[in-house]
Amino acid sequence: MDKNSFFNRMLDSDVFFSFKKSPTAIISSLILFIILFSSIFAEIVSPYNPFDPKSLSLMDAFIPPSWSEGGETRFLLGTDGQGRDMLSTIIYGSRISLIVGFAAILFSAVFGVILGLTAGYFGGKYEMAVMRFADVQLTVPSILMALLVDGIARGLIPKNLHGEMAIYVLIFAIGISEWPQFARVSRGATLVEKNKDYVSASKIIGVGNLIIMFKHILPNILRPILVIGTIGLALAIIAESTLSFLGVGVPPTTPSLGTLIRIGDDFLFSGEWWITFFPAIFLVLLAFSINLLGDWMRDTLNPKLN
Amino acid sequence: MSPFKERAQILKKDPKLINYFFKRLFQSILVMLVVAFVSFSLFTFVGDPVNNMVGEETTSEEREQIREDLGLNDPIYVQFTTFVGNASKGNFGISYQLRRPVSELIAERLPATIELVIVSAFIALLFGTLLGVYTGINRKGFISDSILAVSLLGVSLPTFVIGILFIYLFSVILGVLPSFGRGEVVKLGYWTTGFLTISGLKAIILPSVTLSLFQMTYIIRLVRAEMMEILQTDYIKFAKARGIKQRSIYYNHALKNGLIPVITIAGINIGTLIAFSIITETVFQWPGMGFLFIQAVKFVDIPIMSAYLVFIAFVFVMINFIVDILYYFIDPRIRNKEEASSG
Repeated sequence: MDKNSFFNRMLDSDVFFSFKKSPTAIISSLILFIILFSSIFAEIVSPYNPFDPKSLSLMDAFIPPSWSEGGETRFLLGTDGQGRDMLSTIIYGSRISLIVGFAAILFSAVFGVILGLTAGYFGGKYEMAVMRFADVQLTVPSILMALLVDGIARGLIPKNLHGEMAIYVLIFAIGISEWPQFARVSRGATLVEKNKDYVSASKIIGVGNLIIMFKHILPNILRPILVIGTIGLALAIIAESTLSFLGVGVPPTTPSLGTLIRIGDDFLFSGEWWITFFPAIFLVLLAFSINLLGDWMRDTLNPKLN
Repeated sequence: MSPFKERAQILKKDPKLINYFFKRLFQSILVMLVVAFVSFSLFTFVGDPVNNMVGEETTSEEREQIREDLGLNDPIYVQFTTFVGNASKGNFGISYQLRRPVSELIAERLPATIELVIVSAFIALLFGTLLGVYTGINRKGFISDSILAVSLLGVSLPTFVIGILFIYLFSVILGVLPSFGRGEVVKLGYWTTGFLTISGLKAIILPSVTLSLFQMTYIIRLVRAEMMEILQTDYIKFAKARGIKQRSIYYNHALKNGLIPVITIAGINIGTLIAFSIITETVFQWPGMGFLFIQAVKFVDIPIMSAYLVFIAFVFVMINFIVDILYYFIDPRIRNKEEASSG
């Protein structure tokens, strides 16, 4: 096999070496991989399709998990009030949570990096304005920002479209609330990079600003952005579930993990604890493993960031 | 960069208190005006305020009359001035959904939120500092490692999940603490307090602990980092070399400086707690402002939303302003520098 192939180089790298040495990184990425895999291939992995009305039967409602008294083996984690299999709703729900989380963090990364990179590169009044704005927004907790944007967007969109648009509104609201982190980090990294020789050399031979910024500087500042992005992903998933729990996120027809927890919360007092517990445990597991992975990445990829 | 160092840098450039004061005041007013404009735009451009006030059967002439009476036909800048004038008097109109003056609704809900936030801030600061100092001094060891692991888990645990866990544990299984509401409250003039009855005190335990946990993990990490940094400095090494007792070095020399950022953070902390109280109040059905706000977002009740926006911005700006000014007095390095240069 080619010694310089991408795969071989990766196996040979420092990053992979430190990955092998860190049990937390291995375990958390394994958990993450399982969750990602099952939510991407939900149709194949999950035992039932919880949103197919034909397969639902109210006779199956409120069945406890299979290992407890009254449980049935066909529903491993029990069923909810509509007779939906909990395991299947969780798998489908985590798909929604992950889609919103990834899309939101991608949105804020693109937005934040463009602003931060250009601010660091051009400097001057433009830089001051961008960073001042980021600072002001940073003093406002991002969950509050997301709630406000969500509320305003709901006001602007006609009521009958709320359900359909909810997911886009969420992505926008969470995305817009996280951009300052990306702007700060990418500006800081750009300030270091732009004084290096390769940038001066490019300028001298007449390479355009846009190409210098996005083709030459951007690849060199990707590491810290990746770290911020990973931690941001956990935050975005938590923000999504929080908004859905508060009832201003995705509608109950396409429930995310947060929506499932909210639905289950109503049954807590009547003793059906599993309806809210399993989605909650799943959500915490997801966020925790992303956070652990993010911590490991911060230590490995960018020791300076500490 | 910590907020602490950031402010220190601003002050180093211009150490005169009066300049600093007016610069900050000007910035605060600017931020408030921007927020007021956003809030005003909500009123004016989101939905039709007249539509929200009248029924289906109102004729278009009547609607036009109402528009005229409300001043909606005035130029934008006149409307905005009126809005700022009214807002500064606490007048935000009438809630679309609840049909009552917004100022009245907020005044009713405010005490519940303030009491919740104060108790949470106290818990977070006290335990956060204690645990932070402990883990900062004892860097290795089982207890420190567990505290840090739990605090990382705390960051991954959404507030509402913690709340649900608490309710299940203490209300459903053990049945010792109430899961919703404020319990019995006592009226003291305009204020209602839950501090004076046993049921009120019991009711505040779960929500306030839930609300404080996230902040606590943050304070633990901050104090720990600060303590570790200070214990590396020359004056601590020198104190050690002089043979001063370990205890005295930690608690008299190091802790004093380690607490400076905590004081600055405490202010910002309160703003964050108010924001996060939205979640806690929903979980525990705590009759505060956050609960009111989330209902407003659900039903697109613009007057409440814009009033809440202005209110929370005001709290944030005030806290930041006070912290900025306090900062000047807390850090002796800046003061001494000024005295040295002037004297």
